[in-house]
Amino acid sequence: MLSIKNLHVEVDGKEILRGLDLEIGTGEVHAIMGPNGSGKSTLSYVLAGREGYEVTAGEVLFEGRNLLEMEPEERAWAGIFLAMQYPVELPGVNNMSFLRESVNAVRRARGEEELDAVSFMKRVREKAELVKLPDKLLKRSVNAGFSGGEKKRNEILQMALLEPKLTILDEIDSGLDIDALRVVAEGVNALRGPERSFLMITHYQRLLDYIEPDHIHVLAQGRIIRSGGKELALELEEKGYGWILEEEAAA
Amino acid sequence: MSTQRELDDLVKAGYEHGFVTQVESDTLPPGLNEDTIRFLSAKKKEPEWMLEYRLKAYRHWLTMEEPDWAHLKIEPIDYQAISYYSAPKKAADGPKSLDEVDPELIETYNKLGIPLEEQKALAGVAVDAVFDSVSVATTFREELAKAGVIFCSISEAVHQYPELVKRYLGSVVPHTDNFFACLNAAVFSDGTFVYVPEGVRCPMELSTYFRINEAKTGQFERTLIVADKGAYVSYLEGCTAPMRDENQLHAAVVELIALEDADIKYSTVQNWYPGDEQGRGGIYNFVTKRGDCRGDRSHISWTQVETGSAITWKYPSCILQGDDSVGEFYSVAVTRGHQQADTGTKMYHIGKNTRSTIVSKGISAAHGQNAYRGLVRMGAKAENGRNHTQCDSLLIGDKCGAHTFPYIEVRNPTAKVEHEATTSKISEDQLFYCRQRGLTEEDAVSLIVNGFCKEVFNELPMEFAVEARKLLNITLEGAVG
Ligand SMILES: Nc1ncnc2c1ncn2[C@@H]1O[C@H](COP(=O)(O)OP(=O)(O)OP(=O)(O)O)[C@@H](O)[C@H]1O
Ligand SMILES: [Mg+2]
Repeated sequence: MLSIKNLHVEVDGKEILRGLDLEIGTGEVHAIMGPNGSGKSTLSYVLAGREGYEVTAGEVLFEGRNLLEMEPEERAWAGIFLAMQYPVELPGVNNMSFLRESVNAVRRARGEEELDAVSFMKRVREKAELVKLPDKLLKRSVNAGFSGGEKKRNEILQMALLEPKLTILDEIDSGLDIDALRVVAEGVNALRGPERSFLMITHYQRLLDYIEPDHIHVLAQGRIIRSGGKELALELEEKGYGWILEEEAAA
Repeated sequence: MSTQRELDDLVKAGYEHGFVTQVESDTLPPGLNEDTIRFLSAKKKEPEWMLEYRLKAYRHWLTMEEPDWAHLKIEPIDYQAISYYSAPKKAADGPKSLDEVDPELIETYNKLGIPLEEQKALAGVAVDAVFDSVSVATTFREELAKAGVIFCSISEAVHQYPELVKRYLGSVVPHTDNFFACLNAAVFSDGTFVYVPEGVRCPMELSTYFRINEAKTGQFERTLIVADKGAYVSYLEGCTAPMRDENQLHAAVVELIALEDADIKYSTVQNWYPGDEQGRGGIYNFVTKRGDCRGDRSHISWTQVETGSAITWKYPSCILQGDDSVGEFYSVAVTRGHQQADTGTKMYHIGKNTRSTIVSKGISAAHGQNAYRGLVRMGAKAENGRNHTQCDSLLIGDKCGAHTFPYIEVRNPTAKVEHEATTSKISEDQLFYCRQRGLTEEDAVSLIVNGFCKEVFNELPMEFAVEARKLLNITLEGAVG
């Protein structure tokens, strides 16, 4: 589904990603861990097409298409969704209307019919129930004044409505209490299926207990320096990143 | 493509109403002196008192100086280069019915989306159309007459209802008020007159569409709306003009009078030609609008959506004389290209327990300059007067500007005035977030701007709110591929 080869990315002339390789197959769940500032969010923004990230080398294919040539909204239409580490506030923009604009924009682009108000409401209520997002948050402005956890649940609600093929979750677990973490994980697991893939960025093993990944990668110094199964996360939890970095330096 | 470029494209929208109508017209050569005024008055077959009123104003005007432009950059205006009267020829004597209106004019208004033929008219909206200097058609008159509501051109009112006109004309905006109001009093060409008798709730929205068509003409319309005791009326005003390279002057005066328990709602969607991308041409929109809450418990509400004009200079105001009277001002002003707007309101609290609300939303894009200027004055007798002002600015791009000038004068210790102001910018983060959710950049800007203006749009009558939203989208959208 997603194939990243030798990706080099600069921000403000500073190289952040330095030859990153990553393959994500259809239906797979991958987790990326790594020290602060190692470039995890940068990777997620590059995949979503944010401006200001200059790709100096490498390629990214999404279902065989050159992702790097596509506008951010085209990537969204193609089925890429990014749940952001810091969701953005849109004061004055009603959350429900935003969800509807978003869902219908994606449907239009895919040549599907727009949802009428009634069936849309029904669907939102259903999904909001799933992520336990209180009704009153649907009536407020998008993320404006939402608590950290509410913002994250709102991201998951958007994901549930858009049913993306590839979901990138950037620290979806940060700022969540234990119950909220479970709810968010259920939201993600409900969407899991043989035709959807996930890329989770996290610092904590706990999330991986709820959403079990097929593969775990360590991103450090702008590259994936180690990949493995679930046991890798446990090892990292216990020992931190130092030992891998040392082994890497020695190699 | 850089974000700045995209934003620039976004705000480079075309002007939809820029066509010129080929009608034969009767246009006075440029120039202004007492003879011009006599000619104009004679042309309209006005009674002597009206001519006297005009001449008195003109003589006073000669003693006045142009205001020095607060926050506006303005080319000097040559008042002798303007024509003070232009009328479509066939309509010069005033059409008696729609059948007599020049078909070209009807076509023009159809193009503007304002069908004059009653059967096509928006359900429940009566329209008065002012083309250059003359009112060309007023619809739904009979139905209104049944309710006792007078809705006609001001020229007609001078003939038909001289007592009402004499009593109220200039009673809110005297000819001595300011330079442009004074000029208007001398040369006003036409406009709308509304009188809603005691206890009558006007059965439909009343509406006037103004259009400047002829080159080098000024438009000086005069609107007078009187709501007698306990009456209610909602009035809508819309305006457009063709694209021309030179600036055209529009100096209108609007007077509202609300007697005891009366309620007047006045909504404007102003879309005069704003000039081109380089700032050539466009309308100078210098307007004096003032409402007088003369009776106790009266209520006047101004709502305006200002998207057009090269320069806008207007402060729809309320004089809250009656005890417990209420004044409101809701405004969206958009400036893009090289447009400049200096707009706001004045709330004069005179009576006891008077309340006012001001909600101003300024949007600046490209090189647009937007200033809010507001005065809230609590007079010595304004016991328990209350004002709340909310003044928000939204910037799109980094070459535009927003400025806020609130003036507050409180002479009564029991009065309370609150002022809140915010300035925000549509950020790249916000645009990226929206686009990541599948919205195009245009959709995103429109969504954010509409959200920003929501409180004001909510005040507009339904059909107008839809129109205003569309207009705003057209104004801010553009050639994004
Ligand atoms: N717009 C920017 N301007 C300058 N530096 C930037 C910018 N964006 C990211 N960086 C730098 O790039 C590096 C990687 O940042 P990134 O946010 O991708 O890290 P991360 O792995 O997500 O870290 P964390 O675990 O703390 O979220 C950091 O050193 C950061 O300061
Ligand atoms: Mg990060």
